[in-house]
Amino acid sequence: MSRPALAAGVAVKVGTAEPSTHCRTPHYLRGKHGVVVRTLGRYPNPEALAYHKPGLPPITLYQVEFDAAEVWGERLREAPYRITADIFEHWLEPAVPDSGQGNAA
Amino acid sequence: MSTHDHGDHVHPEHGADDPHAPIDDFDHYRPESLLMEQALRELLMEQGVFTAEDIQRQIDLTESRTPALGARVIARAWVDDAFRAALLADAKPALGSAFELDLANTPELTVLENTQAVHHVVCCTLCSCYPRNILGIPPAWYKSREYRSRVVIEPRSVLKEFGTELPAQREIRVVDSTADMRYLVIPLRPQGTEGWDEERLAALVTRDSMIGVAQALVP
Repeated sequence: MSRPALAAGVAVKVGTAEPSTHCRTPHYLRGKHGVVVRTLGRYPNPEALAYHKPGLPPITLYQVEFDAAEVWGERLREAPYRITADIFEHWLEPAVPDSGQGNAA
Repeated sequence: MSTHDHGDHVHPEHGADDPHAPIDDFDHYRPESLLMEQALRELLMEQGVFTAEDIQRQIDLTESRTPALGARVIARAWVDDAFRAALLADAKPALGSAFELDLANTPELTVLENTQAVHHVVCCTLCSCYPRNILGIPPAWYKSREYRSRVVIEPRSVLKEFGTELPAQREIRVVDSTADMRYLVIPLRPQGTEGWDEERLAALVTRDSMIGVAQALVP
């Protein structure tokens, strides 16, 4: 965890890993671009806790906001709205703004 | 014996299919999940991890937390700007001191305020995370696959099914509590409640309005 904490407003991309083990990153948000809303504190890693390991050092948890259009693409059925989810730091990478695609910020 | 006596009335003997059959309480068939829970509980008690008394105390504590507590919190937030600010900034300490609640061993909590611009609705797509430390046991629908899967992809339709129609320009923010943080919503204070005291206001705050699938009742 040498990476500095992500600040509110930073554009991020959720990881695309497909672990077969327990994790708290919903499938529907994998690989999606969002923006950090706030830091929610540091918690033992649930991916280790689930297997009776201490999950330390704790990992920073972020509330991340996504545009529904970014999440659902063509499957979007309703007027624009936003979704927030709480994602652990090791699932987030700073998003390189690529000509605004998927990056509302 | 072909009948049995309940003191004030008598039932003819009946099979389990009879609509008047006594409640079975899994006497004849225990689902695997119940057996597993019982086995795990008894093992943990045998190993001294906790006692039967600990379990009872936890059940009592859980049952003491009901939406009525949440309603008092919201009513206070509506009338007391300083409390609302403290609640939004750091919920657990604000609640602990204002309502003498021991929240030390309960999950973290963030309070979100609905406004004319933004409406929050809370869910947990991964399981059933819920602010139990304030609202108690979640309703069955909150844990259902239908709610959890649909609210993130068609929130306006889901809200409509709860009888909640929001102005088109009000932005919806679906809050998926996927990890260690729990969320409680402060609904919009209804119009026509100016000068009301907390007790009167609390009667307008429903459980569903604190989850965000409904708005507070209109007087």
